[in-house]
Amino acid sequence: MNIIRALIVDDEELARQIVREMLLAHPEVEVVAECANGFEAVKALAELNPDLLFLDVQMPKLDGFEVLELAGPDVAVIFLTAYDQYALRAFEVHAVDYLLKPFDAARFDAALDRAKQRLGTKMPPPAELAAAARAPLQYLERVVVRDGSKVDIIPCERLDYAEAQDDYVMLRSQGKNYLKQETISNLEAALDPSRFVRIHRSYIVNIERVAKIEPYTKDSRVAVLGDGTKLPVSRSGYARLRELLGEG
Amino acid sequence: MHPILADPRKLALYLAAWIPLVLLLGGVLASTGDFTWVQSGELVLPLSAIYAFVCLSAWYLCQAVPLRASGALYVLVAVNTAAGVSSLIWAGAVGWAVAIGLGIEAQYLRQRPILFAAGFLLFDLAAAFHYALIALEASRQAQARAMQASILARDAELKALKAQIDPHFLFNSLNSISALTASDPAKAREMCVLLSDFLRSSLKMGDRERIPLGEELALARNFLAIQQVRFGARLRIEEDIGDGAGGCLALPLLLQPLVENAVTHGVATRLDGASIRIGVSRAGGRVAIRIENTFDKDARRRNGGVGLANVRKRLEVRYGDAASLEVREIEDRFRVDVLFPAEWRSEERETE
Repeated sequence: MNIIRALIVDDEELARQIVREMLLAHPEVEVVAECANGFEAVKALAELNPDLLFLDVQMPKLDGFEVLELAGPDVAVIFLTAYDQYALRAFEVHAVDYLLKPFDAARFDAALDRAKQRLGTKMPPPAELAAAARAPLQYLERVVVRDGSKVDIIPCERLDYAEAQDDYVMLRSQGKNYLKQETISNLEAALDPSRFVRIHRSYIVNIERVAKIEPYTKDSRVAVLGDGTKLPVSRSGYARLRELLGEG
Repeated sequence: MHPILADPRKLALYLAAWIPLVLLLGGVLASTGDFTWVQSGELVLPLSAIYAFVCLSAWYLCQAVPLRASGALYVLVAVNTAAGVSSLIWAGAVGWAVAIGLGIEAQYLRQRPILFAAGFLLFDLAAAFHYALIALEASRQAQARAMQASILARDAELKALKAQIDPHFLFNSLNSISALTASDPAKAREMCVLLSDFLRSSLKMGDRERIPLGEELALARNFLAIQQVRFGARLRIEEDIGDGAGGCLALPLLLQPLVENAVTHGVATRLDGASIRIGVSRAGGRVAIRIENTFDKDARRRNGGVGLANVRKRLEVRYGDAASLEVREIEDRFRVDVLFPAEWRSEERETE
């Protein structure tokens, strides 16, 4: 019998207890750790590399979606939630397993069975899942970045710009660079379009940081930020910038 | 826009009211012996038709010289001056022209004072009529405003009640009970009773206009006891309830959303949990409630402000400027101060 290594993440002790209790009937599942918040969960995920994750949606510091975003799509997840209409819709759309609290053994077993069949297959992209779970017209207020088992939280108002680098985006905030595994288009879609603008195929800039726009070549320009950083601005990027600044 | 001119039905009624006045004036002129009944009619009809519209101008005068805001003498002088001027023009010039047209100038000159007096009185009458109209309109508007305020209050009440039982709270509490049934059945039963008490009192409170603050505090304690089971040591509660505040009347479910906010934005966002401090005191004829919690500044605000806005609106509808709600962030503490007038039930005040 293959042992399934599971991680339970919920900020309420009693909620973790009930998952543990339900798992007593499933000796093939071994609980490798329990975490009371998102930080612990990210650390445990990196260090223990579990097969299955029981993940509460609402937690202090990092919520369930952010944990998943940092964990990557390689772990099978069963979300736990009390009530969240947008999250439920996201689970349905992306066919992710979830359990509504409180649940009984029958529902728990059914969710576990489905999750077992999914072991080894990839989860839907966490960023898309998180985007689907946001209320309409709600944008990202912060970006979470993982470096090993360390988590950084960058509030959007402190994000200067983002630069595409292969499969990653490099985020610049308060003089520091952070790497995040995400496409620049996904990031662009999640950021508030009244505060951030895609000025170039590879760049998104925080509109408040732009000090001036200077001509560069015949067809292109550069955006000069408050700290002197120069970023390339494409022709369509310049049009978007002008539109946002109300000069268009 | 003139209220009578704007509405054809009102204008028709107004002109109909002039018929007896026209008959009276015609009769008076005929009875002087200077005019035949026909002459009197020929003179009075066009003159009255013109003057009926002249008198409508009193409305603009009444607007310019509002009864309440102006001194009685000022109103008298203004109205009578206008009456004098319009009557002079009417009886002196317009009437004169009509009389020439009818070929009865001599008789007209003799009876002109009667027409002048009639014109004067009619204008004064019209002014009085318009003042009454304006007062009626004002009271109707006041009534509409009061109605709207009460609808707003009811609406706010309803929203407050709807927001009252937060589904997260309810389902998470039920989940805690579910967990306790296996590990600690006695505690599970206790939690069931706590939750039932809480639901029962919140439902009951919605029907009442105002409740003693003590009852509201009891509900908040009940709520916090449930949350304590969920969060354990992460939730720390301090209370500082001053003497004599518990008997004061408060809006039902006023404190509850604030305490709930303190839990959701405080305890539920911090790794080490949060402390919540509830202070209630009575001073200077007012009740002061302060709810303070530690919170995580980086946390996202979920539905932030909806509960607060609701409480603020309800206070405003009930107390107007006499109540206030202030929100302050001091480092990692979030503080809400509510002030409202201290009031008691009538029988309790007598024993105070």
